Amino acid sequence: MKVSYQWLKEYLDIDVAPRDLAEKIARTSVDINDVYSLSDGLKKIVVGEVETCEPHPDSDHLHVCQVNVGEDEPIQIVCGAPNVAAGEKVIVALHGARIGDNVKIKRGKIRGVQSNGMLCALQELGFSDKIAPKDYDEGIYLLPDDAKPGDSVFPYLGMDDTIIDTDVTPNRGDMLSIYGNVNDIAAFYGLKPHFKELAIKKEGDEKTADLVKTTVNDEKISPTYKLRIIKGVKIADSPLWMQIKLWNSGIRPVNNVVDVTNYILLKYGQPLHSYDYDKLPGHQFGVRHANKDEKFTTLDGDEQTLIENDIVVTADDQPIALAGTMGGEGTAVADDTTTVALEAAIFDPIMVRKQARRLDLHSESSMRFERGINPATVETALNEAAELISELAGGEITQGIVTASEKPAQDKQITLSLSKVNHVLGTNLKMAEVTDIFKRLAFPATVSEDDQIVVTVPARRWDIFVAADLYEEIARIYGYDNLPATLPVMTRNHGGLTARQKFIRASRHDMEGMGLDQAISYSLTTVEKAKQFQIDPVDEPMKLDFPMSSDHVATRMSIISGLLIDVAYNVARNVNDVALYEEGRVFLPKGGERPEEQEHLAAAITGHLLANSWHLDDQPVDFFQVKGIVERYLHNLGIAGEIAYVADDQRPEMHPGRTADILIDGQLVGFVGQVHPTVAKDYKIPETYVFELNLEDLIAADKVANEYHPISKYPAITRDIALLVDKNVTNADVLAVIKKRGGAFLKNIHLFDVYSGLHLPKGKKSLAYTLTYQDVHNTLTEDQVNKAFDKVTNALVDDLGAEIR
Amino acid sequence: MGLRDKLTELREQGLEEIKNSKDLKKINEVRVKMLGKKGPITSVLRGMRDLSAEERPVVGQFANKVRDDLTEAIEARRTELEQAALNAELAAEKVDVTLPGTPVAQGQSHVIQQIIDQVVDLFVSMGYEVAVGDEVEQEVYNFEKLNLPKDHPARDMQDTFYVTPKVLMRTQTSPMQARMLEKHDFSQGPLKMISPGKVYRRDTDDATHSHQFNQIEGMVVGKHITMADLKGTLEVVAQSLFGDKLQVRLRPSYFPFTEPSVEADITCFNCMGKGCAICKHTGWIEVLGAGMVHPNVLKMSGVDPEEFGGFAFGLGPDRFAMLKYGVDDIRNFYQNDVRFLNQFDEKG
Repeated sequence: MKVSYQWLKEYLDIDVAPRDLAEKIARTSVDINDVYSLSDGLKKIVVGEVETCEPHPDSDHLHVCQVNVGEDEPIQIVCGAPNVAAGEKVIVALHGARIGDNVKIKRGKIRGVQSNGMLCALQELGFSDKIAPKDYDEGIYLLPDDAKPGDSVFPYLGMDDTIIDTDVTPNRGDMLSIYGNVNDIAAFYGLKPHFKELAIKKEGDEKTADLVKTTVNDEKISPTYKLRIIKGVKIADSPLWMQIKLWNSGIRPVNNVVDVTNYILLKYGQPLHSYDYDKLPGHQFGVRHANKDEKFTTLDGDEQTLIENDIVVTADDQPIALAGTMGGEGTAVADDTTTVALEAAIFDPIMVRKQARRLDLHSESSMRFERGINPATVETALNEAAELISELAGGEITQGIVTASEKPAQDKQITLSLSKVNHVLGTNLKMAEVTDIFKRLAFPATVSEDDQIVVTVPARRWDIFVAADLYEEIARIYGYDNLPATLPVMTRNHGGLTARQKFIRASRHDMEGMGLDQAISYSLTTVEKAKQFQIDPVDEPMKLDFPMSSDHVATRMSIISGLLIDVAYNVARNVNDVALYEEGRVFLPKGGERPEEQEHLAAAITGHLLANSWHLDDQPVDFFQVKGIVERYLHNLGIAGEIAYVADDQRPEMHPGRTADILIDGQLVGFVGQVHPTVAKDYKIPETYVFELNLEDLIAADKVANEYHPISKYPAITRDIALLVDKNVTNADVLAVIKKRGGAFLKNIHLFDVYSGLHLPKGKKSLAYTLTYQDVHNTLTEDQVNKAFDKVTNALVDDLGAEIR
Repeated sequence: MGLRDKLTELREQGLEEIKNSKDLKKINEVRVKMLGKKGPITSVLRGMRDLSAEERPVVGQFANKVRDDLTEAIEARRTELEQAALNAELAAEKVDVTLPGTPVAQGQSHVIQQIIDQVVDLFVSMGYEVAVGDEVEQEVYNFEKLNLPKDHPARDMQDTFYVTPKVLMRTQTSPMQARMLEKHDFSQGPLKMISPGKVYRRDTDDATHSHQFNQIEGMVVGKHITMADLKGTLEVVAQSLFGDKLQVRLRPSYFPFTEPSVEADITCFNCMGKGCAICKHTGWIEVLGAGMVHPNVLKMSGVDPEEFGGFAFGLGPDRFAMLKYGVDDIRNFYQNDVRFLNQFDEKG
């Protein structure tokens, strides 16, 4: 709410500078968006009196004015406004002035005539169209007759006021009024507010009840509904003091009736609505739910189609307003209005909120109804509004209020114990300090037994229900700054990461250590992408009921597809070496209410893993580099089971010849390989290698504990062997044979060459291994090694048809 | 010429040749020539048998000295030449030390991960456990049990991706408050937990909105937990993440699941409180929301609010990262441009 500092000062004797007050409000009550004056950034703008106003010799619309700006001689200003005339008091931007939008005014010639300044409209002083009075839309703003030429215009227009723009939390609806602000500020400075209410001075003889009838059948929709009638009004502008209060609060002045309703809305937080009595379709008022597809044209000229949850005010069952949200075009107060029906009500906050939201018709009124209305001031506000209308627009207030429903303003009693207050806040407050706080808040409090306080919360603070709400009142008035700062006392539980959390963190560090950057991609994706690259495919992903964008409709079932989108993003920006990994959730529907959430680890690499260097051979990423990362990672984890890489040509998104399933003791835990070129094309990415692992499986897998094995003191003996085998014999086949026949002393098998090029018979390839033999207890003899080696060689020949080279 | 003179002459001649030897091969030749079995000194020594018994030791001594002098001179020269050769070799091996070193593979953790890890480590050091929840949550945990009944206005502020009326993408990490309250065995002491994770809102992605972002929830519930403990804890968090020179300010706020509720601001680290564009000229930057756990929340999770109480807080790593590094578009975090990711090297 835009709170006028000057308005506050009418009811509070505060001598705190506006900015300091704003800081105090932020620390004690509600947040502050901004603190400003409408005159910020403006200068050399004064009152002028137009002495003469002649047509410009060379223009059909410009005028040449001699303007008294309080100096010895009038200054000449050329002005194009249609409403400029001799005798008017005007806003003059002098030579050197700065007006709205940081525009600087300089003297100059306009169509050959000297002009020494500019006569201004409010918009030119930075007023938005939302607050500048409509009357002056077509010309300059005219100041009141008593304005003194040469004075700064700011005080005349209230532009010297400071506006504290508060950001009111949903619970503090009471802070959406001057009344509420005054009460709260009084509490934290310990002041006594002198809030002024205006009572009705005189009612006419005619009874309101003879002019209107009203019934509310469903009090849930409108717990309070009251009407007054003012007859014989004359619509005109409201006085400047009221217009200033409105525009400083961000509301545009309209006329003396509408302005009064808005003034009361600001002062009490009570929205009012004024109807042109004579334009109503009937005089039996009511409040009801709308009928389905009922049509209603709102003030702004838009025809609204209503639904049954909407709520309307009716006259003879015809809708005349969207209750609490916006009035109707046909019954609005206009220049020809003579009788005003004035409504003060409370509407159901949820219904108003839903209606305003559905129709996108948020207003000052709807905002207040949504956050609650003080039932104690409905009638006060209605009476003050009627009195002000009759004072400002003439007319007679008819006798009595017509009431259809009325929610009583009930105070609440809450019992507190001082020890609990101190226990919750961590303070050591004395009873007198706490009762003083309630005194400042004007919450009557009585101390019953030693420790008990019974607090009466007035109806104006409808956000307070339970003791905890009062702890907040005590804490904020006492001052959060004054609370001690401690840490929870040490306790027996020691905290720390679980084994699972440590595992996941170690996995991330491993990936980074091997050159992969961590990515965080979106979990929500398209159905098609959600289904791709699954380790163990599930048919359909979980889908959102009402997605926001077609790119994010289903939860991912693999991480790779998101990483490929990231790769494409990089490649499209000429970043061609991309190595990303991601650790996160995938969501697998398995028939339960919610999908199974699994932690997965995935990577996507394109271009080079190591940046190209003058010093290294160009080595674009390939299957074996990525497999190397997986191998090293699984090694680091200390997986106890047997890890196998099994060629898989059945994964539709993967290259059929360059993809391996990863198995631990025969159980599928992931895969590694090249993205299928067709799929890569769809993603607009070059040759890319990926892997994805199910961390749940890896976390659950048995791990080997680190153990000490003495290093053998005896020399190792190596033997190299090169074999010529059929192309379809795999390294794994060879290793299996060597291991089976290797004997007790075979310590290591190292593949050092793979060759399948020229000079070999067709369909053959050559594999070369170094076998290392070593005994822990003795020096091996040549003979021992030869025997063991021969066994291997023979087995390779017999089992695999190898030709030893 | 006597043997002695001959030896003297040989010495002069030998020293001269040693001095003139320009390489190791030559010095070797000199050594063989002068000191070898067929060399002149050996032959001089052989001629000693013709000398008298008196002369023999004198000449022998002299001859030995000549041989030692020459040997020493040869060794000295050899060392000199070897050093020179080595120097020449090293000079030839010289590299351009300004050429770049061979690249080493090293990846980078995501800037949001860095912040999450920092916060998690801080709380773990204070004895908190880490509780990670599901991202697809039950409506009852995301809202109802957090004192957010249906039609609560705060639900409007959290536009929700529903899957079914009862299942949704969690809009906050706060459901872990209710889940942990239900799970915790309070006979084992207070619950001290922190819960980082992804959350989702039905928002259109733009510079300041993302339909996916991160939160870290924290909660302490026990018999003797106070608002002063909350204040102290928030000060530790804010200052350890943003610097201990900064002041922390608490302001009243509103969250349905805490009462009293506060927001914590820190002195704007950009202008140190003077007022700038980053802090919207207030001098303060809002960094987290917190409060004392609402009695309704405790009650709904089966914890007696008369006996137990505590605080909860929530913070946004995305927002922290944006503030800390001046990142002006939240989408940067999820596009994973390598050039962006690599700006946030972990120092040390």
